[in-house]
Amino acid sequence: MARLDFKGVYVLNIRIKFQKYGVMKFIGHLDMMRYFQKAIRRAAIDIAYSEGYSPHQIMSFAAPLGVGVTSDGEYFDIEVHSSLCSQASIEAMNQVMVEGISILEYKRLPDTAKTAMSLVAAADYLIYVKPGYHLFGKTVSELKAKVEEFYQCQSQIMITKQTKKRQIEMDLKPLIYEMKVLNLKDLNGINVSNPELLAMGTENGIEEIPALFLKACTGSTDNVKPELILEAFCRFHNLPYDCLGFQIHRLEVYAKSKEVPVKGEKERSDYQRYLDKEKKRYQREGKTFPEFIALGMLGKDII
Amino acid sequence: MNKLALSDEILMSIDKPARYIGNEVNMVRKDPKDVAIRFAMCFPDVYEIGMSHLGIQILYDMFNQRDDVYCERVYSPWSDLHKIIKEQNIPLFTLETQSPVKDMDFLGITIQYEMCYTNILQILDLSQIPLQSAQRTEEDPIVIGGGPCTYNPEPLADFFDLFYIGEGETQYSSLFETYKNVRQQGGAREDFLRAASKIPGIYVPSLYEVSYWEDGRIQAFTPKYSDVPATVQKEIQIDLTQSVYPRKPLVPFIKATQDRVVLELQRGCIRGCRFCQAGMIYRPTRERDVEMLKECARDMLQNTGHEEISLSSLSSSDYSQLPELINDLIDSKEKGVNISLPSLRIDAFSLDVMSKVQDVRKSSLTFAPEAGSQRLRNVINKGLTEEVILNGAGLAFEGGWQKVKLYYMLGLPTETEEDMREIPRLADKIARRYYEIPKEERNGKCQITISTSFFVPKPFTPFQWASMCPKEEYLSKARVVNEEMKAQLNRKSLKYNWHEADVTVLEGVFARGDRRVGQVLLKAYEKGCIFDAWTESFDNQKWMEAFQECGVSIAFYNLRKRELDEVLPWDFIDCGVSKTFLKREWQRALQEQTTQNCRMQCSGCGAAGFQGGVCVEHQN
Repeated sequence: MARLDFKGVYVLNIRIKFQKYGVMKFIGHLDMMRYFQKAIRRAAIDIAYSEGYSPHQIMSFAAPLGVGVTSDGEYFDIEVHSSLCSQASIEAMNQVMVEGISILEYKRLPDTAKTAMSLVAAADYLIYVKPGYHLFGKTVSELKAKVEEFYQCQSQIMITKQTKKRQIEMDLKPLIYEMKVLNLKDLNGINVSNPELLAMGTENGIEEIPALFLKACTGSTDNVKPELILEAFCRFHNLPYDCLGFQIHRLEVYAKSKEVPVKGEKERSDYQRYLDKEKKRYQREGKTFPEFIALGMLGKDII
Repeated sequence: MNKLALSDEILMSIDKPARYIGNEVNMVRKDPKDVAIRFAMCFPDVYEIGMSHLGIQILYDMFNQRDDVYCERVYSPWSDLHKIIKEQNIPLFTLETQSPVKDMDFLGITIQYEMCYTNILQILDLSQIPLQSAQRTEEDPIVIGGGPCTYNPEPLADFFDLFYIGEGETQYSSLFETYKNVRQQGGAREDFLRAASKIPGIYVPSLYEVSYWEDGRIQAFTPKYSDVPATVQKEIQIDLTQSVYPRKPLVPFIKATQDRVVLELQRGCIRGCRFCQAGMIYRPTRERDVEMLKECARDMLQNTGHEEISLSSLSSSDYSQLPELINDLIDSKEKGVNISLPSLRIDAFSLDVMSKVQDVRKSSLTFAPEAGSQRLRNVINKGLTEEVILNGAGLAFEGGWQKVKLYYMLGLPTETEEDMREIPRLADKIARRYYEIPKEERNGKCQITISTSFFVPKPFTPFQWASMCPKEEYLSKARVVNEEMKAQLNRKSLKYNWHEADVTVLEGVFARGDRRVGQVLLKAYEKGCIFDAWTESFDNQKWMEAFQECGVSIAFYNLRKRELDEVLPWDFIDCGVSKTFLKREWQRALQEQTTQNCRMQCSGCGAAGFQGGVCVEHQN
């Protein structure tokens, strides 16, 4: 099989996208990092190691996922010395995965790419009620009305956040980019591959399973956890907030489209040109250029 | 994907839910409907400890290679989950299929140390299996014990249906076949136990009777039936090269104590230290072939993705092919694999190796002189001399090391105050050796750490007849060492750690106890004793109450002098080393005479009867 090889001279930047579901939601972020360090070795990915006496793999994760949360859109970046094509690399990794973790993408990034971690700006979440709980009501329209009152009708969504030292007042509204209601039985236009969610969607006898969709600010500077929004929502409507009754599912993680995802003068201007071209294309087609772009879109498949 | 035994609500409310979900890399999946025997393998301590144990990985792999057996795992739930499943009446479950342990055919428990005995009762209790063997019915699994503590299984006799004495590789297939036969013929639990008692290495405690003299000593230990063997010989895997070894060990998600590949070089030890049970019960010393080890190392690193490999053995330096093996492993260091080398004798070779595989500035050298004076080292037959230690330390200091750890025991037979004072004096001599190096070539101060533990006499050692001390006496020994340490020239470079003596006293009772101490275990568990090996949960007060309420005397087991002709609770086991040899070694100890190691001269311990290992090394 063909192998791109830059040993000793050069490294390739790779961005990997994976999903996490089932019992794996109980494995925390640090243990997931350890898991992938070992998995990369089992899959014989030619990863680059840091210099020094105890070398470690060059690997960085985009945005930590809380314990209990499932996901279809997790990212981490690695550096490799050589690589098989994307398809073969994905297969090699999936051969050594446990049930509940699947590799979805393996893409090459530009050489001067910024890390996923530094680019993270937003994430999409799907929040649904676990079997045995009845927190969102039975119908989509019922929940829609509640969301409208909470999100569209309020100009500010003030909450008090308890930190270690003090209480702080904060406005959630500017951090919630989108909030709407979906029906799990009909997830048109939403890309879901989590088997548990899909199974719920095909459940017989029920017409509607209302769920919340959120696009929320995520990242190292500003960050809002979906739990916080959910709690504010429940409080606003005097609903009992029982965090164990909800399943939070991350769908995708994004960078801001206007942020240039590469370093270096030439690379930046190249990207800017590409961006301008894309914007014009959108304009021609009569579409609005998206504010956010999925982290995986910043890389290209190795063919 | 399996449905978990615990709800999301429970898993989200406890510490480290990953302990209870299974699904690890290399976990074996089978359909329970396809097998004749379901086996739950248990290490009665918390997951991170239990997952680090090699013996279970060997048996897990070996059992699951059989099409008719599905071996699953179970570990002690931590106190948080213990409380919840007790309150909600959730039966303890296996990790693989999350099925109740009580639905298995066998529950196998490895018994590695005395302080896990209450955890065994916890496992039975949470599994909803009657604690006492006598109360179990056809519905309950057969509870089987194995591991080093089964060389005196008597304190646990009431709680186990049978014990497997010795190495697991050899007789489990007979045991499984017997089980299937008895079940096929519609036989009952008792029929199986009776049949199993005839399999070599298997001990069924309920088939034996013990009588006692008025003073409490054992009068006789006899089988209840004529077809039940009077002695049980330990099982041993003579050829360790042509034997099973797990090529695909389990890889936990959370960091286990042993977060690395473990390569067992050999079993047994040629040294013959008189306090050491492992050095006696695993005789004769048997090596694995170096080519097999290289292959295993490669396979296991590949199949686990671990970044570190640890060589395991009682004394790695005695492994005859060590240089070849290490060179082979160092070649794989390029791929980012670290090598950890415990139990290595410090000499030019090992220092050279260590400088290649470790960061000299961070790592420390370990010596285990065990006793402070040469006199006492002769008593315990520890062949390490002061000269060897000082030379080794000197070489190491010149190579850039500056940290040394020293391990000692207090309370050894014949110990005098002078022996205790020699402990810090030796540490000081090591420090002096360090400061002989010119100041400009040294790297600041050296750090010499002394740790002492209290000696507990173990069955099947020459010291099995030795008396122990009361708790206060142990502590005063530690104070002597501490006081002497403060009188040393280089006291600022020395550090001394010692433990509480409460646990030592209990270990003493359970190491050499008989069937009558089982009731104390039960009482202690009822009072809430659990995870006794963990300082934060150990409660000595409750233990003392348990002894008192059961009317069991600690002094009888620990402080009394045992005569050489006394019937010992473990006398019915034949571990290969003869009682005559142990008596001879006990006498030689008292006369301060040393005995040579197995490679230098055979001392006629009896293990040659197994016709293998070091005993036949020079006969080819």
